Amino acid sequence: MLGYICRRLLYMTPILFGVSVVIFLLLHLVPGDPARLVAGIDATKEDVEIVRTSLGLDRPLPVQYVSWLGNVFRGDLGRSARTHRPVTHELRLTIPATVELTISAIAIAVLIGVAAGIVAAVRRNSAFDYSSMIVALLGVCTPSFWLGLMLMLLFAVKLDLLPTTGRGGWENLVLPAVTLGAGAAAIIARVTRSSMLEVLGTDYIRTAHAKGLSERAVVLRHAVKNALIPVITVIGLEFGYLLAGAVVTETVFAYPGVGRLLVEAIEFRDYPVIQGALLLLALQFALVNLVVDVLYACSDPRISYE
Amino acid sequence: MNSLPKPESHKRAAPATAEVLRAVPAPVRESRSLWSDARVRLMRNPVALAGGGVVILLILVAILAPYIAPYDPLHQDLANSMAGPSMTHLAGTDVHGRDIFSRIIYGTRISLRIGFLGMLLGCVVGVTLGLVSGYYGGRLDTFIMRLLDVQLAFPGLLVAICIIAIIGPGLENVILAVGIFSVPLFARVTRGQVLTLKEQEFILAARMMGAQDGRIMLTHLLPNAVAPILVLCTLRIATAILTAASLSFLGLGAQPPIPEWGAMLSDGRAYLSIAPHVATTPGLAILITVLAFNLLGDGLRDALDPRLKA
Repeated sequence: MLGYICRRLLYMTPILFGVSVVIFLLLHLVPGDPARLVAGIDATKEDVEIVRTSLGLDRPLPVQYVSWLGNVFRGDLGRSARTHRPVTHELRLTIPATVELTISAIAIAVLIGVAAGIVAAVRRNSAFDYSSMIVALLGVCTPSFWLGLMLMLLFAVKLDLLPTTGRGGWENLVLPAVTLGAGAAAIIARVTRSSMLEVLGTDYIRTAHAKGLSERAVVLRHAVKNALIPVITVIGLEFGYLLAGAVVTETVFAYPGVGRLLVEAIEFRDYPVIQGALLLLALQFALVNLVVDVLYACSDPRISYE
Repeated sequence: MNSLPKPESHKRAAPATAEVLRAVPAPVRESRSLWSDARVRLMRNPVALAGGGVVILLILVAILAPYIAPYDPLHQDLANSMAGPSMTHLAGTDVHGRDIFSRIIYGTRISLRIGFLGMLLGCVVGVTLGLVSGYYGGRLDTFIMRLLDVQLAFPGLLVAICIIAIIGPGLENVILAVGIFSVPLFARVTRGQVLTLKEQEFILAARMMGAQDGRIMLTHLLPNAVAPILVLCTLRIATAILTAASLSFLGLGAQPPIPEWGAMLSDGRAYLSIAPHVATTPGLAILITVLAFNLLGDGLRDALDPRLKA
């Protein structure tokens, strides 16, 4: 197993190298002087020159990349052009909010999605099956920013049950987490249902029924275990996509996370922060994918580690 | 024993049976092409037909927008700001007093344009890369696939945001962003098809007849790989429309006063408590459009490859 994890890490290395090159080049691909972009629009000519020399922007591109990567490994992502604070400081302030939001969202998505998928498959062609799958289809197609606004309109404006924006207690987390998790719940429900239907049609389930086991025991002890193997992959992938989805949800609810920081940085053309936020989100995505692969290998003994 | 037919009577019956067989056509299934089969299956799928019907309706609305929109989508009437739905303004007006219904109608043009052009860009580049990568294999294949893996290392929307961070906001840039973001999927689907097809005998025969690589790829491989690509095209239009709306909502896509649905929704969120209709209607338009393309795409997938039917 350890060997498998090492091989997956080795496979990730060139991809992460590519990601770092893209993020490094971002500053150089933008039309205009990179030193001016880092120093900020309102910086004086002298400030721009100081930035150029201090960041080594007058050196050849490969040298700049090696130096930038070295700084990244030391945890130095530069300073924000807007606040002049270190980018790592800005990220440290926002990471907990994003982690809190995405974990809550995936928890909601898994609870609702898996439960709905199992019940829909067990009660195939029932009213619950049809209605839950229609809701799931609508969930996949609904823009999250619109769903967020509609939930805000209902629960915050009309019913006055929950706060509209900001971060604080659990009550601030409910609407953003439901908004972010709704699409993932819909996809997880659809995959769980189809996986359960496949498993429920197999011989060993028929054998379990023939042994006289109750429906509950057959479903919970025998069917769900195997049906959840492909669902784990989808949950992992969805968790990764939630990191990107958080950009939109955090903007809707003015939630102070990495996503909102990224959007604000783009608005103000704050490139060091854009690079830092993108790097962080890409690293998280890669890490989540790695964990999913390992979990998948652990949950299904048929998967070879070789 | 008596029930057994006598050999003589059997001999006499034989010519009569042969005549009957000649007269009645054999119940052999009429041979149909993949596309005819798919068309029949699609026509029997009411959900996919409904999706296709809405897509056709949306295309008509986009084409006929100047004739069916009751007002100029950019005309401001500040005295009538944020008026609720009425017979004069079917979906009400926005903060600048612009007719929301007319803006939704014109927004159909913009969303479909982004969806189709974004998909087309992703399809052309992705299919080309997939064809070349799958056909030549080796180091070129590894290089192209690793390059696309780098893009896949970012979640979809982040790729689009990253591109917008480089080239700046705007409608044309959004098309470019959603197009680039679709490239890896088209490339992977095409490559997968090519890897299966290129080992088949008809490709070997074409090669033996001296056909050039380009000709083999375009006239033999591509037409046989087109079914899953077509399905992906339909589904990617929905994704492109949704992504573009998300970018516009974030202020990174279409800029005011363009009547793009995501931007309209973004404008309306500040007035959610006093004029909820401003944000509600564009969201419904996005939902219906994305749903229609997804239903059509799912129907096409089921029709072209029934084995994949959920």
